[in-house]
Amino acid sequence: MSDLQGPTSVVAGAATDDPPTAATAAADAPSAAATGGRTLLPRSTLLRHLLLVVVGAVAAVVLLEVTDPFTNSQLATLSYYAIAAGGLTVLTGMNGQISLGHGALMAVGAYTTALFLSADEPLPLPVVLLASTVVAIAVGALVGVAAARLHGPYLAGATLALAVGLPGLAIYFNDWLGGDQGLRVRAPRAPEWFEAFIDAVSGNPATNTKWLAYVGAICLLVTWFVLANLVRSRIGRTWRAVRDQEVAAELAGIHLGAWRVLAFVVSAAAAGLAGGVLALVVRLAAPSGFTLVLSLSLLTAIVIGGLGSLLGALLGSALLVFLPPFVTDLGSGWGLDSTEAAQLAPFVYGVVLVLAMIFAPAGLVGTLRMRWLAHRATRAARSTPG
Amino acid sequence: MQYFVNVTLTGLTEGMVYAAFALALVLIWRSTRIVNFAQGSMAAATTFIALALIQDGQSYWVALVVALVSGFVLGAVVERVVIRPVEGGPELNAVIVALGLFVAIQAAIAIVFGSSFQSFPTPFGLEGFQVGDDRIALTPTSLYVIGSVLLVMALLVVLFRFTRVGLAMRAAAFGQEVARLLGVKVGRMLTLGWALAAVVGSLAGLLIAGGEFVYPAYMDSLIVFGFVAAILGGLDSPVGAVVGGLLLGLALSYVSGYVERGSALVNVAALVILMVVLLVRPGGIFASSTARRA
Repeated sequence: MSDLQGPTSVVAGAATDDPPTAATAAADAPSAAATGGRTLLPRSTLLRHLLLVVVGAVAAVVLLEVTDPFTNSQLATLSYYAIAAGGLTVLTGMNGQISLGHGALMAVGAYTTALFLSADEPLPLPVVLLASTVVAIAVGALVGVAAARLHGPYLAGATLALAVGLPGLAIYFNDWLGGDQGLRVRAPRAPEWFEAFIDAVSGNPATNTKWLAYVGAICLLVTWFVLANLVRSRIGRTWRAVRDQEVAAELAGIHLGAWRVLAFVVSAAAAGLAGGVLALVVRLAAPSGFTLVLSLSLLTAIVIGGLGSLLGALLGSALLVFLPPFVTDLGSGWGLDSTEAAQLAPFVYGVVLVLAMIFAPAGLVGTLRMRWLAHRATRAARSTPG
Repeated sequence: MQYFVNVTLTGLTEGMVYAAFALALVLIWRSTRIVNFAQGSMAAATTFIALALIQDGQSYWVALVVALVSGFVLGAVVERVVIRPVEGGPELNAVIVALGLFVAIQAAIAIVFGSSFQSFPTPFGLEGFQVGDDRIALTPTSLYVIGSVLLVMALLVVLFRFTRVGLAMRAAAFGQEVARLLGVKVGRMLTLGWALAAVVGSLAGLLIAGGEFVYPAYMDSLIVFGFVAAILGGLDSPVGAVVGGLLLGLALSYVSGYVERGSALVNVAALVILMVVLLVRPGGIFASSTARRA
């Protein structure tokens, strides 16, 4: 597997910065602080990420308060795509395992949330979302144990079978999971402190839509804080070792299977939480919401952004949310009817996946990062001759 | 007893289609080491071309021939234009390209032909034969399905065993460098392999559509079943793919026939079978215990 992935040298003399595969360059470039470059960010990874979370939280509040309610609900959609794509980019980019089954894992989270919220006295929302995450972790561990022994097309096929097969369970247990119609979700009302907070910040009406958009944003920030720290820690480095050099990693005492299962579990947890947020935002958990196209859209998001890059996953998720209305309008302009125009978005996803893999396998963020590294290496080579 | 016979016959008929589809996957895997996840969408595209011709008043057989020819062209174009750049690269890239094609073609079908359910005709009856006092689940259509799959398999055997082109294709799949040194046009052989596989896949798509409803995503389960059948047989062996397809067809038919509301569980059953095979015998049911996959 890894012998096909010869190192792609960017520029001679920058050997330590060479990504082992072009496709995952986005994941492998060291952070500015790690390379000792000039930076204003704190040197400690934890502090740096905490600072970014605070910046992200402020940005989220500003964004949600200056935009209209429709954009608010679009941003809520963006948050669950980004949570799931973040988990998937860690799995595929960092650990080299592909999964087409993340739509099914999101379904697990969504149904768990729907079931917990349908109780007469529903548990508090954070507990419900945590429960969705835990159930998805359990399912993810089960799949992960099987997936750890597979690679490439075998893994893709197995997770494809998961994505196609799992929604069948919802139809089989139709008394409990609502069959084809699915389960309606009773989204909890916004608490009083939230209304007070919104009133103090902007004076906008604190609608339920806005509350759910904030729930999504909070979940997104928490998930990404955890993922970003994992990626920059010993765990992240071990995942990359497992991905790039199986034999060397095993010689270094790394248990390949256990680390692959861990990667799958982490990414399943993100998918489960994303499913929970999806259930709240869409207010419905039904098999038709978790088709193969959902799993493949997530894959598109991480491939466009650059495998292994969280920032890339955010950009890719933004594309998943804001591209469909745009191309659907375009299609209506060309005289397509609404159902045909709705298919333009998946068509674009597919074409983009193909083009990205042929022309820019490193994705948006990865390509830019490689350019930047190459540029810096040439400059360094010029300033210190010999 | 009669019920058992009927379930078995249904399983065998569907198994033949899975076998054909698995065979298409295996043909491509042997030549380029790529699992063509776009196979289902490609077959759906040619089925819709056939449907458009039939709705236009052409006969089923004209439509069949046109669909198979367009499958051939589609397979060749896909290999030459989209797959060639990622051949021999990291295996993940090829998988992602195939998946991109899968989505793009499926969406393109919905845009061109609409996404509603449409019934697809079959040239033969759908009523079971009379045996004694009972009607069994063997229909003229299922005989047609079994017969045409067997015919295609025989033609493939003849091609690979007894013709120069078949020999060159086997050589190209066996060792690209050596074959090229001996004057085989390897690139052309790979294109031909994809084109032939697309023809077999298209046939499977047309056969499973006969007497049923088609819509752009109707091949989604079949791509999973074909993959499971191919894995059952070891992904590398055409004979294995056929046996795997028949076994899978039987297993799924028993699940759907004997488990209460089992038809909802067919996809789950395929998933379970796949997982068990991959965990217990990842090289397929025919793999010898010594030949372990790296």
